[in-house]
Amino acid sequence: MVNAVASVADVWRWLADVPDPEIPAISVVDLGIVRAVAWQGDTLNVTITPTYSGCPATRTIERDIVRALAEHGVAHVALAVQLAPPWTTDWLSPETHEKLRAYGIAPPEGDARGDAVFALRSVAARPACPRCGEHDAELISAFGSTPCKALYRCNACREPFDYFKCH
Amino acid sequence: MTDPALFEFALRLGDNALILGQSVAAWTGHAPIVEEDLALTNVALDLVGQARLWLTLAGDVEGAGRDEDRLAYFRDAHEFRNVLLVERPNGSFAETLARQFLFDTWHFYLLGSLGGASDARVSGIAQKAAREVAYHLRRSGDWIVRLGDGTELSHARVQAALDELWPYTGELFRSDAVDRELATRGIGSELETLHGPWLAHVREILTEATLACPPDGWMHAGGRTGRHTEQLGYVLAEMQSVRRSVPGERW
Repeated sequence: MVNAVASVADVWRWLADVPDPEIPAISVVDLGIVRAVAWQGDTLNVTITPTYSGCPATRTIERDIVRALAEHGVAHVALAVQLAPPWTTDWLSPETHEKLRAYGIAPPEGDARGDAVFALRSVAARPACPRCGEHDAELISAFGSTPCKALYRCNACREPFDYFKCH
Repeated sequence: MTDPALFEFALRLGDNALILGQSVAAWTGHAPIVEEDLALTNVALDLVGQARLWLTLAGDVEGAGRDEDRLAYFRDAHEFRNVLLVERPNGSFAETLARQFLFDTWHFYLLGSLGGASDARVSGIAQKAAREVAYHLRRSGDWIVRLGDGTELSHARVQAALDELWPYTGELFRSDAVDRELATRGIGSELETLHGPWLAHVREILTEATLACPPDGWMHAGGRTGRHTEQLGYVLAEMQSVRRSVPGERW
């Protein structure tokens, strides 16, 4: 039996090595989209929660997960997509925030369970610049290179940077 | 089919998102500035993603083996259930943003009314989409203020766009038997109940934008039961032509 050689803890460790295809500095586990891992006979059930409905990376992530597990000898993987509760940036750990910052992306600020996510009007976010640390940036674009980010420019060091939106 | 009302309901939500997403996506590479090109494309992506979820649900409920692609690419105009507002042409940037703002406000309250739906499939999609749509709404509202309180030209364009689109908003708040049945089952509420909050937010933004709220007059209707304007045919022709020219092809 395969599950005799791979514990659920092993699987989590392997998944922690699968990078997000668009932000390779963090893994799919860091991103908080792997919800559950469980053996059912010789089939490994992996439940994931997509970030944004239209995120084009979702299919790639699913393929990457299946491939990585196959490389570790897991032949039968059943991927299930779970929508509820919806993915939020609150599922990014403090370590993930640090990885993002080191990569040049300002991590999300604020509470994604709070009212700000559902506010009718824009609230000026003032993310800290991941390069110089100053809280003095202006929004350049509501969306960045991926749906989960917005583009800002630091008024202190004048560098533009991506901000991982609080969502 | 055991639940025709839920099938219709899911089609309507999916088709709204699909037709608007497809139309907005046509701005890709054509927006006035690159930042808005990115934003419009991402809004379109969110909407198409939501459409996939709703259409997949519709196909499951129908139980006839039609998946999201089958429903998106192999139905003709009279089988689409989107509101007429979302099939209005893109027009200028002001017209696109006016359409987006009127729709986003309604979409926001509609999804909010579905967050606690008695059907977990519906509430799951609605809760996910609501977060995305709230972000769309803040952006489109900001743009209405910027265009309305901008130059003489931007003000005139966005006012004309609102006047032109207003007669398409009546349909958003007119419940039919499908909506009423689902409301009694604890899935959403009758659409008339969304009108108050919708109008309050629209008025707040238009006032700040120094724009006039158009008067309610005669209202168009029919999209939700498959009676569409000519424009939908053009949108579908572009969206469906490749898939229909090579049916069954995989790539």
